[in-house]
Amino acid sequence: MNKHKFEDLDVDKFLAPENQKRSVIAPDGSIVEVDPLKDYFCQDRPEVLKPKNGPVEKFLNWARAESLWVLGFGTGCGSIEIPPLVTPRFDMYRYGVQMRPTPRQSNVFIISGYLSVKTLKRAIRSYEQMPSPKYIIALGSCTINGGMYWDSYNTINRLDHYMPVDVYIAGCMPRPEALLAGFGKLKELIKAGKAEKANEYAENFDWYKANQKKIIKDWNMPDYNW
Amino acid sequence: MKDLIKDIESRFEVSDYIQKLDHLAFVTVEKEQAIALVTYLRDYRKFTSLTLLTAVDWLEDGVFQLTYLLNNPSELTEIGVRVMIDRENASMESAHHLWENMMTYQRELREMFGIDFPGSPRINEDFILEGWGDLPPYRRDFDTKVYSEETYFPRPGRQSNDPATYMKSKMYPNE
Repeated sequence: MNKHKFEDLDVDKFLAPENQKRSVIAPDGSIVEVDPLKDYFCQDRPEVLKPKNGPVEKFLNWARAESLWVLGFGTGCGSIEIPPLVTPRFDMYRYGVQMRPTPRQSNVFIISGYLSVKTLKRAIRSYEQMPSPKYIIALGSCTINGGMYWDSYNTINRLDHYMPVDVYIAGCMPRPEALLAGFGKLKELIKAGKAEKANEYAENFDWYKANQKKIIKDWNMPDYNW
Repeated sequence: MKDLIKDIESRFEVSDYIQKLDHLAFVTVEKEQAIALVTYLRDYRKFTSLTLLTAVDWLEDGVFQLTYLLNNPSELTEIGVRVMIDRENASMESAHHLWENMMTYQRELREMFGIDFPGSPRINEDFILEGWGDLPPYRRDFDTKVYSEETYFPRPGRQSNDPATYMKSKMYPNE
């Protein structure tokens, strides 16, 4: 790829070089116009997932609650509380909880502590790539009111203004037992059909996007990263 | 270490000198001579390793204090070269040609303190903060609490207590 100088291009200066419009020579010699933001991403807004009728939804919710696949994405000091869950002492596999390496395979996102603006951008991107139904567990007091970083210039205070939170786990830091209790609470909510925050995100999409764009100044990605 | 300081004083104008430990000293020199002194220490006095380049904001005096901390691995000694530069339009000669990692330190200072190093590679690119538009956050006249309250939707009802008095009232209410 050519090396771009930001000043030379007549585009948004925050747009990453790989996301800029350009023409590419195809193997047969023809020239193809590429606009990565339109070609590689779906521009559709997220949709509300309507529940199926009675017993079917109940069965689905039971199935969802028993296989929580967690995205391996640690954001703050709390990410150190997750590895012990995989060890025999706490053993989260017995609850049907396991780690996955990519957002496309996971349905639970643990925001494990403080989020800087830079990480928030990546967290939003990962969250939107996860398939619905999906849930967020917010770990630690930093996600509730900023915790000890409440007056920092670069960490957010309230996670629920940027991403929809299903379960909060308070503490600084919560022990792995608290995290297991949080999974238990999430299971209860899912089985009762109350873990509907992903739908809330789709319904209030404009409000969430306005909040996110207020603090992420270099918005160089599509509005919805599906 | 004393020979070294005598040697430096004979060659450069040292305005201040502090011996902190047997193997650690700080010298303050003029802005014009700093890079020459750093180069001399690296090439002739075996201070081959750059430990760090950092800045302190002396808001009341209107200056930034830059410290080039150099390490001599063969004699296990360390020397800090201090420079005072003006806070207004802060700018310093770039030293990216001496060590490769100097460029990264200079980018950081450019972003966090707003100190310019003309000629340093990628100096104006974003380093840690992305799309920052306010005062550089490590400057002491930047109020991080006000910025946070205006930007990050503080949750109302936050209280803080003095731990000693709070615990006393909880545990020994009658005393």
